[in-house]
Amino acid sequence: MSVELSLRHRFGGFTLDAAFAVPEAQVTALFGPSGAGKSTVVAALAGLLKPDDGHIRLNGRPLLDTAAGIFVRPEARRVGVVFQDARLFPHMSVMANLRFGWRRAPVKADEARIDHVIALLGLEHLLVRKPGKLSGGEKGRVALGRALLSSPELLLLDEPLAALDAARKAEILPYLERLRDETRTPMLYVSHSLDEVTRLADRVILLKQGLVAAEGTVFDLLGDLEFSAATGAPPYGAVFEVTVEDTEHGLTRLAFAGGTLVVGRLARAKGTRLRVRIRAEDVMLAREEPRAISANNVLAATISAVHAGPEGEADVQLDCGGAKLVARITQASVKRLALAAGVPVFAIIKSVTVDSRILPAPEV
Amino acid sequence: MGTATNPLLLTPAEIEALLLSLKVSLVAICWAFPFALLAALALAHRSFPGKTLVEGMLTLPLVLPPVVMGYILLVALGTRGGLGGWLYSQFGIRFVFSWTGAALAAGLITFPLQLRAIRLALEAVDRGLGQAAATLGAGPLDRFWNVILPLALPGVVAGAITAFATSLGEFGAIITFVSNIPGETRTLPLAIYSALETPGGEAQAARLTILAIVLALAGVGLAELAQRRARAMLS
Repeated sequence: MSVELSLRHRFGGFTLDAAFAVPEAQVTALFGPSGAGKSTVVAALAGLLKPDDGHIRLNGRPLLDTAAGIFVRPEARRVGVVFQDARLFPHMSVMANLRFGWRRAPVKADEARIDHVIALLGLEHLLVRKPGKLSGGEKGRVALGRALLSSPELLLLDEPLAALDAARKAEILPYLERLRDETRTPMLYVSHSLDEVTRLADRVILLKQGLVAAEGTVFDLLGDLEFSAATGAPPYGAVFEVTVEDTEHGLTRLAFAGGTLVVGRLARAKGTRLRVRIRAEDVMLAREEPRAISANNVLAATISAVHAGPEGEADVQLDCGGAKLVARITQASVKRLALAAGVPVFAIIKSVTVDSRILPAPEV
Repeated sequence: MGTATNPLLLTPAEIEALLLSLKVSLVAICWAFPFALLAALALAHRSFPGKTLVEGMLTLPLVLPPVVMGYILLVALGTRGGLGGWLYSQFGIRFVFSWTGAALAAGLITFPLQLRAIRLALEAVDRGLGQAAATLGAGPLDRFWNVILPLALPGVVAGAITAFATSLGEFGAIITFVSNIPGETRTLPLAIYSALETPGGEAQAARLTILAIVLALAGVGLAELAQRRARAMLS
């Protein structure tokens, strides 16, 4: 485990009491509503807040141990932070901002690393500008580069997209994905958007009123009805990883634990691993295998739970060869088809959203 | 007055008073600046018991009548007593009847102006930037020099220039503490006073007054310019 922490801190109306770990080479999303204590966790990890009680260890090095009286100052922690409001130094050029943390790193990366990060984040044409002359998305990218170049052992991203409009988000997300795919630095990504979590994170920690309400992989949690209930939002849908098999007749076949999905032509090499999302609204259920049907994807599954909603809707949890699927249907349908836990069904999938994540192909 | 041999059309006595005023004020703000900076750092973003009292004490030199300040300095630093006597006997340092005494008095009286300007400027800097610098590996001094101070500079410079212009006009404390000695402690305001005390000196007083006005305007203009340049640095 790369980072492990246990914090207790009283603030405002409630107490933060959270313990979890952030594994190496992974993005862990800290997800939860405003006021759940996410920012307090970030501040405590960065050393900007001294919690009442607790300990933090980064790669075995204690950063905080209230019992032993240890509190490492933020400048000695090697914990990088990308703040929501970027916090670029307004009197310095973009280049000077980028070099600020790089110069001060105890183990300084070589100069080539700066050029590499500049290219990775597409900052070439911004270097001589002052932050006041940058757009919101550009500021975010510079802040990301600046934190990265300080060679942190842990990178905290505190809602880096929250202050941006949809277009700016779309502009910066691909850069975050590139960063995630090429760095081994563990990242804690704070967000209250499941779309961002789905695209970026490997693991999710749900923080609710200062407590860890759920914890697991993106695949296990997002398609889980208990998780949806804990977030208080409608089911987000299933997220799972697939491998590109082949493309024939303009259709691409994607293999996953529960079978094969067919989607429109994807210009991706065989063996490429992708992340797909299937929304609960896009799944229909049948007791018998449907024939002569327009949908391309019909999967055999077993019902593991049925949750009735307040407005006549029902969310059905499906086990599809180990992958979790969710179908949103009506309670009337549940009754008519006599759906209950343990009943085998066929899931008819109307649409699949393919995420752009590209993982290295396995060695052949 | 027809003996003007310099481009400024000033008499030697006028030039003497002008240069002395500039020298006294410059030394005054320079010695007071580090103290004002330290006091501002101690007070900005911080609260401790008795803070209001400390703040009040530090404002005192500005709100007390200058003559009272001058008298206090005279009692404390006069060569015959207390601190002043000890300084004189041990090190030969003497403030009374010396231009250094004038600089000491002017610096003390304008100290609250500098303190206030620096403190406001420091408090106006986004604390989040200091935090960001810390997470990037910058220690307290590093953060202060490279992030906080550059961003506070416009306010700091404007405060120093205001204090400089104000100390050019200091009269009461100087005349009480170090007297009115031509070439040593007779700054512009004291020269104007002396001219008015001299029968037929009204014209001389008027010339010196115009000089003082020009100087004050230049100071205000300079402060504005410095602030603009510093702001331009940020954009």
